[in-house]
Amino acid sequence: MSSGESGSGTLFSNPAADDARHSFRDKRAGLVDKTMSVRDAVTRFVHNGDYLAIGGFGVDRIPTAVLHEIVRQKKQELSFAGHTATHDFQILAAGNLTGRGKLLAKVDIAYVVGLEARGLSPHARRVMQSGEVESCEWSNYALAVRLRAAASGVPFLPARSMLGTDTFRMSAAKTIICPFTGAKLVAFPALYPDVAAIHVHEADRYGNCRIRGTTVADLDLARASKRVIITCERLIPTDVIRTEPDRTLIPFSCVDAVCEVPFGSYPGNMPYEYYSDEPHLREWLCAERSPDTHLPFLKRNIFDVDSFDEYLHRNGGIERMRQLRACELLLDQGM
Amino acid sequence: MSNPEYNAMELMICLASRLLENGAIVAVGTGVPCAAAMLAQKTNAPGLVIMFEAGGVAPQLPTMPISVGDSRTFHRGLMATSMCDVMETATRGMIDYAFLGGAQIDSYGNLNSTMIGHNYNTPRVRLPGSGGANDLASLCWRVIVVTNHDRQRFVDRLDFVTTPGYLTGPGAREAAGLPPGTGPYRVITDLAVMGYNAVTCRMEVLSLHEGVSPALVRERTGFEIEIPDIASRTTPPTAHELEILRTQVDPHRYVIGRGSKARDESAA
Repeated sequence: MSSGESGSGTLFSNPAADDARHSFRDKRAGLVDKTMSVRDAVTRFVHNGDYLAIGGFGVDRIPTAVLHEIVRQKKQELSFAGHTATHDFQILAAGNLTGRGKLLAKVDIAYVVGLEARGLSPHARRVMQSGEVESCEWSNYALAVRLRAAASGVPFLPARSMLGTDTFRMSAAKTIICPFTGAKLVAFPALYPDVAAIHVHEADRYGNCRIRGTTVADLDLARASKRVIITCERLIPTDVIRTEPDRTLIPFSCVDAVCEVPFGSYPGNMPYEYYSDEPHLREWLCAERSPDTHLPFLKRNIFDVDSFDEYLHRNGGIERMRQLRACELLLDQGM
Repeated sequence: MSNPEYNAMELMICLASRLLENGAIVAVGTGVPCAAAMLAQKTNAPGLVIMFEAGGVAPQLPTMPISVGDSRTFHRGLMATSMCDVMETATRGMIDYAFLGGAQIDSYGNLNSTMIGHNYNTPRVRLPGSGGANDLASLCWRVIVVTNHDRQRFVDRLDFVTTPGYLTGPGAREAAGLPPGTGPYRVITDLAVMGYNAVTCRMEVLSLHEGVSPALVRERTGFEIEIPDIASRTTPPTAHELEILRTQVDPHRYVIGRGSKARDESAA
């Protein structure tokens, strides 16, 4: 399995499965009450210099409260898995070039600085063009495969993405030859994040989680990460979990903290709960055009905000949530 | 029905929707591809199976998704699954089309959505990166791209090859290890519909839109492009297609609202 091609990028995390086994053995996330505030969870489980990964899909089912809290607590020099990252990345980028040190230091990029059809984030672009953040290229599937390798407890998995492109050339992947067929494949190194935050629909106090809708890469992410913070729309009794164990998609053993955060994916979408707040996301993009408008916007929405509830309140509160719920359920389309 | 008025974006979406036949399986990117797939579902291809990289499978789209991961992508769907499941489906050879929005494109259909500039560490403009585009264009059978036609986009040499087309020409995809028989299929712009020469793998014009001359296409293309002497004319959007597009697919004009200036901007 030698003499393959190698990308020239830097591997920002250790893919060694045996080292990860020690971390997981020491973790012992048992059947104990893990409920706590988002503030406590971020204080205890997100450390300066950590490799961070975020669940959901950029603006869909994201743990917004954790993201805001990471920025508020001025965490420094984080590495980040820029996997399907959109609004989540935009929030974290608020910790760079805003007079609060350097939140992002290294980013594995599959998708960052864009918000899909909404356009590009001017501030995230400034950050990524400033030269203060190191980066390495991947594709969305490549990062998903890297998490799956970690979740599987192996140092790499093969797939057929990125071949022949500059995306491969600027990655830290390597090509290998299949020992059975001679086919050329890409070996994707396992990605074991230090800490992940994932927003789910329901969880019990131990961290048994239910998710509705697409799971993106979150089932692997929860299993691959050394520490996991869950935020949930609703806390539910363990007895309910036990009535339908087939609905548990992330088990307690992966989870370190459980925080109940209703509307926790706002301003993002939460399937079957509420749709994304497009005017607010547009306002965010507009505010970023100049630091003169961006900093007051960040103060109002993150820096000078006490809690996630207050952020919701400042953006329309329960009345706005009701509108977004009607939008999600298509009630506003006469359904 | 008289010849209906339409803008460039509406034209591109209508043409793209016609490429998607009933029963086909297509993986779509954000924006224009979503709109085209949704239009196809409401016109010529009610049985079109749409897949989204975040895990949405076979939705009946009620409104256009804003994100390829939002809840519309599995509305009345047949399955809500994971990114690995969708990408593995493509890897197994079960997705017919990858349908991508445009960035920079070269004559072999390679795409750049990573950066503009010459130094990776200090890009002049940082773009989002591959997202799922590299994966889908590597693994689906045929790649369709929709983009505006101008010299900033149609370039001789990409600043960064994010997503593979035919790479450096005939045989290059296979040599790189990509699945044989896959590759770029169509490019739809505000000027023309293009395909790829079976021998050279280079982009060539299949039909010109109403009022577009071969000279205009050459002027707005940064590489040598083959145009047949008597190029056929694109069949314009029908009143029916436009009505569905405007009233059911994109009533808020998220995507088609960007089309009114497309041809003028591309002249810059």
